[in-house]
Amino acid sequence: MTVNELKNIPEFTLLNEGEMDKEITRPFCCDLLSVAMSKAPAGAAWVTIMGNTNALAVSSLTDCACIILAEGTSLDPNVVHKAKVQDITLFQTDLPIFEAALKVYQLLEG
Amino acid sequence: MSDSLKLQYVISDEDFTRAGEASGDVKSKLKMMGVNPEVIRKVSIAMYEGEINMVIHANGGVIDVIITTKDITMILKDKGPGIKDVDLAMQAGYSTASENVRALGFGAGMGLPNMKKYSDEMNIETEIGVGTTVTMKVYF
Ligand SMILES: Nc1ncnc2c1ncn2[C@@H]1O[C@H](COP(=O)(O)OP(=O)(O)OP(=O)(O)O)[C@@H](O)[C@H]1O
Ligand SMILES: [Mg+2]
Repeated sequence: MTVNELKNIPEFTLLNEGEMDKEITRPFCCDLLSVAMSKAPAGAAWVTIMGNTNALAVSSLTDCACIILAEGTSLDPNVVHKAKVQDITLFQTDLPIFEAALKVYQLLEG
Repeated sequence: MSDSLKLQYVISDEDFTRAGEASGDVKSKLKMMGVNPEVIRKVSIAMYEGEINMVIHANGGVIDVIITTKDITMILKDKGPGIKDVDLAMQAGYSTASENVRALGFGAGMGLPNMKKYSDEMNIETEIGVGTTVTMKVYF
């Protein structure tokens, strides 16, 4: 399943379209950056509340497929712009972290 | 020595938004050189954690990177406060990160353990009030 298919989740809003044909391996939930840094699997659909540029750095260094900002988390102003520059796909949702990850999981297992 | 690549990055003080750029640059260079993705992942994690530590704990510094055909060496030098007890700092979960920095997602106390885990050689030289130099090597 590619990142593009996450567009089908009505609760997700696409904030930036990066590489939409990246394969998603599994959803991954974590808000501590240095834990995510060592535990995020390549191809993760990373669900987090950390809407900052450091999360973007972690995502690109660990080859996440995309970031899903859950809990209606507020974004630092330059995050969307930075995501554009770095070609990182960014979704936002009001869903809690678990439910957001579950949506991805259900679509994956579909 | 002729076929080694030397890179230098100046890491600015408290610039959270730019932290990760040096590691990102090294990552893309290694990718272009065709280095094994697993090795790139190790380098990326180790260098990013070191880079971010320089920003949040030491007011920035300078990173020298030397890439040869066999390995990559990263030398991260700062003029920060130094580390009082390195063994303690190396323990998973130990962190002196401020509330501000924790709110950004840092402060799990996993940075140094990650650096140790993902580098093949690591050495820390530190002196209180003078600074810290972390040297890491990853084999290709
Ligand atoms: N370059 C440095 N200069 C001074 N102190 C440092 C430096 N690097 C690490 N430390 C000290 O070592 C502690 C542990 O570092 P470590 O990277 O493991 O965790 P952290 O940075 O606090 O949190 P995390 O990396 O999980 O976000 C830090 O809280 C800090 O006290
Ligand atoms: Mg750290």
